Amino acid sequence: MKRILGTRTEINDPNDEITIKVENLSKSFKLPTDRSSSLKGSIFSTIRGDRGFKKQKVLKNISFEVKRGEFLGIVGRNGSGKSTLLKILAGIYYPEKGKVTINGNLIPFIELGVGFNPDLTGRENVYLNGALLGFSNQEVDNMYDEIVKFAELENFMDQKLKNFSSGMQVRLAFSIAIKAKGDILVLDEVLAVGDEAFQNKCNQFFSKIKKDKTKTVVLVTHSMENVRKYCNHAILIRDGIIKIDGSPEDVANSYSLENSERYTHNINREDQSDIIDNLGIKLLSHKQINQNDLVTIEVSYNVTDDIDTYVGLTFWDINRGQSLINSNSKQKACKGKGKKKIIFKIKPSEINDSNIRINASVRTKDGEILSYYPDEKSPTIVFRRNDYQDMNHKTTDSILFQRGECDVVEE
Amino acid sequence: MSIPRVLSKKNRILLAELTKTDFKLRYQGSALGYLWALLRPLMMFAILYVVFAKLLRFGGDIPHYPVYLLAGTTIWSFFTECTSQGIQAMVVRGDLIRKISFPKYIVVVSATLTAVINMLINLVVVVVFALINGVEPSWTWLLVPFSLIELYALALGISFLLGAINVKYRDITSIWDVCIQALFYAVPIIYPITMVAETSTLAAKIILLNPLAQTIQDIRYSLITHETITTWNYISNIFLQVFPIILIIIILVLAVLYFRKKSKFFAEEI
Repeated sequence: MKRILGTRTEINDPNDEITIKVENLSKSFKLPTDRSSSLKGSIFSTIRGDRGFKKQKVLKNISFEVKRGEFLGIVGRNGSGKSTLLKILAGIYYPEKGKVTINGNLIPFIELGVGFNPDLTGRENVYLNGALLGFSNQEVDNMYDEIVKFAELENFMDQKLKNFSSGMQVRLAFSIAIKAKGDILVLDEVLAVGDEAFQNKCNQFFSKIKKDKTKTVVLVTHSMENVRKYCNHAILIRDGIIKIDGSPEDVANSYSLENSERYTHNINREDQSDIIDNLGIKLLSHKQINQNDLVTIEVSYNVTDDIDTYVGLTFWDINRGQSLINSNSKQKACKGKGKKKIIFKIKPSEINDSNIRINASVRTKDGEILSYYPDEKSPTIVFRRNDYQDMNHKTTDSILFQRGECDVVEE
Repeated sequence: MSIPRVLSKKNRILLAELTKTDFKLRYQGSALGYLWALLRPLMMFAILYVVFAKLLRFGGDIPHYPVYLLAGTTIWSFFTECTSQGIQAMVVRGDLIRKISFPKYIVVVSATLTAVINMLINLVVVVVFALINGVEPSWTWLLVPFSLIELYALALGISFLLGAINVKYRDITSIWDVCIQALFYAVPIIYPITMVAETSTLAAKIILLNPLAQTIQDIRYSLITHETITTWNYISNIFLQVFPIILIIIILVLAVLYFRKKSKFFAEEI
């Protein structure tokens, strides 16, 4: 029998500025090593004595607070515990340890579709959903027109839901969640909802709600662009622990860094020559840089044969999959055997925001590759400009700012 | 889960909405629609009537035997429908449970309420048949609701208890199907209890200790004929007379406690 030590309480105190308070929250799941969902299997494995459970700790002693009017972004890799945290906030899962206090009416939007019934009409589903969220029929009456209008489904509401396209269903579910009169909105990965027009509408809605000081929003997302754009508070979760609780910029950058480090690329080790050994790259400057910073890289290797060698260096854009800056030490090629060390200093001032992996290869003077440094070990840097005029624009947009000269020639 | 919270306005609205949905969906897509709520038990009655009353000649000495039989089958259908829907409810609504937090007992109660509505419709039919058959209206008709509440309490208790176990072990559904079959013959629905009493009064008494037999016989007594053998007029021991009621209370209390304890983890386990 599981012992419950945690609590989740709902209060309604408009004078309290804190709308979500999480104190020392822990949660683990018992994963049966033998997954039998039948009585027989369970009885037999109990008799055999191998009815084992693996305890998977999903959240480890998490604490944070969200104030009224905040737009909190929760980011983290898959399986880091974000969704579990969200489900505990929404009261779907029970906290195992710790205390969760929710101040106000919470509207969850977890996974796609909020449990619609395909055999009911759109209208009936709205009312059923409203009841599930705790609204009376009169209250739903008052929200109904707005919901339908936002979902742009005026002509479909008397159709059964099974005749809706999946995009339409999600649009309706999402519209209910955001148009319901709640104080706290909890959203799980929803911004990729609907077609482009609907997404634009959602963007507008989020920009508006960001300014609304009475509504609290918690958003789980993988899009750092959205974190920067909407959130004014963000949390990075890794392996069930809060790594960063702070500004969206810090969290977004760390998350990008975390992801770029894990990026691996298949390489063929067969064609590594044994003339070169102990090839290493060291990043001597900061991992997180902007257009004013200098990147200093040290490449070292050992040559076992009497040949001339030089180093080729590439700044590889991980997300776009292309090289950004190339350099080499051909002008200062190294002669003969022995340990070599080359230091590169590069100022990547003319590029856009990107996550960069630094690749290095050792070549003969004819350009033939003798050895290259494995991708998965290559140092990575996160490059973020801080000279944008309008931070609300997509920061990865490549035509954002002007370079060189540009004249308008009128005929 | 204190009493005021259980009956809060929010929960009542949700219960009404879910029950409405269940009832609406039950017969959706069938040509006769709600009529099936009436037709199904009537057809079952017709079969039993032909086989047991006409061919096997059961119940020769019971007045109004066809109505007596109809009342039994109606109550029995209510019990089976109620429990099988109730036990399945958590699994059927699993999708909702994983996504929204709301009191889980509402799902079970709403599933059983559909059966209650069906039963009430059927009961009207029973009364009409009774009047046609020449049954005299009596003040004891007023006792029928109490027996029905007692039976509903039993069905609800079983639904909570087995429904909670069914979340983790889906075998419960199949096991309960078999139990229902066995119970059908353990309760004097098609055969008159006098047939058993002729061979063994002890066996008849044991049968009457079953809360199902007790309620069905009580309803027949109140509604159709005072010649019906009931638990209280056949067993003299006062403690044994109240045994079925005590049993129902115990089942219901245990079931509610167990369900409350387990319901916190339904979202994870379902």
